[in-house]
Amino acid sequence: MFRYLIPLALFLVLVVFLAIGLTRNPQELPSALINKPAPDFRLPQLKDPAKTFSAADMRGKVWMLNVWASWCIACRDEHPFLFRYAQSGAVPIYGLNYKDYRENALGWLGELGDPYLLSVTDLDGRVGMDYGVYGAPETYIIDKRGTIRLKHVGPVTPDVWSKEVLPVVQELNRQ
Amino acid sequence: MKNYMTRALLLICLLLPALAMAQVRTEEKPTDPAIEKRLANLSHELRCLQCQNQTLADSPSDLAADMRQEIREQMKAGKSDKEIVAFLTDRYGQFILYRPRVSPVTYLLWFGPFVLLLTGLYVLYQYIKHRRDSITEKPLTAEERRRAEEMLRS
Repeated sequence: MFRYLIPLALFLVLVVFLAIGLTRNPQELPSALINKPAPDFRLPQLKDPAKTFSAADMRGKVWMLNVWASWCIACRDEHPFLFRYAQSGAVPIYGLNYKDYRENALGWLGELGDPYLLSVTDLDGRVGMDYGVYGAPETYIIDKRGTIRLKHVGPVTPDVWSKEVLPVVQELNRQ
Repeated sequence: MKNYMTRALLLICLLLPALAMAQVRTEEKPTDPAIEKRLANLSHELRCLQCQNQTLADSPSDLAADMRQEIREQMKAGKSDKEIVAFLTDRYGQFILYRPRVSPVTYLLWFGPFVLLLTGLYVLYQYIKHRRDSITEKPLTAEERRRAEEMLRS
C-alpha cells in the first residue's frame, strides 16, 4: 500500500516547489553591491546644474537614493508614495534622474510634485551603471559609512516600505 | 480629417520617449573590426538584464546598447575581456554570465544534474536487483509438464 503513495508524495513535493517558484519575481536579482561601498559620484543637480551633489556629501547619514526618470512608467506609480515617505522624516530621499532630459525631468516634477531633497542628473547613465541599475525605479539605502545596505528594484510600495525599507533604515540609524 | 490628425499626433507622442532614450547615449557605429569581433564574442556570453533570456549581443534594449557601448569603450582603453567581465559582475552580479562560475553558490546548478543522474542509476540498479531476486526458477511439476506437452502437440 505504502509504495503507491510514493509517486503522490513526490508529486506533492514538486507542487510545493513550483508554488514557491510562482510567488517569486524573476525580475528581482540578487544585488552584487549589497554591503559594498556605494560607488561615488559627483553630478550636477537637476534644478540648479551649477551646483553638484556627491555621494560623499552624505557621509555620516543614512540616506535613500531613488533612481527615476520621466520615461519610466513604474516611477509614476511610485511617485505619490515617495511624498508620504519623505513626510514621515524616516530617511532623507535623494533622486538620481537616470538617462533623462532635463526639460522632461523638470516637467515631470512640475506636474507631479517633487518629493526629493534634490535630484542629480545622470544623463549618460554611467552612474546608473556603477550602481548596477537595470530597471528603474530602483531604490538604495546607504548607511553612515557609505555602504549600500539595501537595494529594491521596482516601485517601493507601502508594503515594501514598511516591511523591507523602514526596518533597515531604523536599524541603521540606531548604529 | 481631424480624427486622423489626432491619431498621428498620438502616435508621435507615443514614439517620443523612444526617440528621447535613443539620444541620451547612443551606440556608436562599428569602426574597428578587431574590437567588434571581440565585442561579438564577449556579448554572446553575457545576459541582457532587461530581457533576461537574451544575450547582450541580441538584445535590442536600451540598457544592452549602453552595456555594449561601455564594453567597446573599455576595449578601446585596452582592458582585457577578463577585466571587463569583472567590471560587469561587480555591478550586476553573476547572473549576467550565461555560464556562471563554479563557486559554492552555483554547486547545485553545476553538479545537481549529475547527482540526480547517479541517484536515478542507483534506484534503477536496486529495482532490477530486487526483481531478479524475486524471480526464482522452479522446475515444472509432472502435471505441468504433461499439460505443456499436450499444448505443443495440438
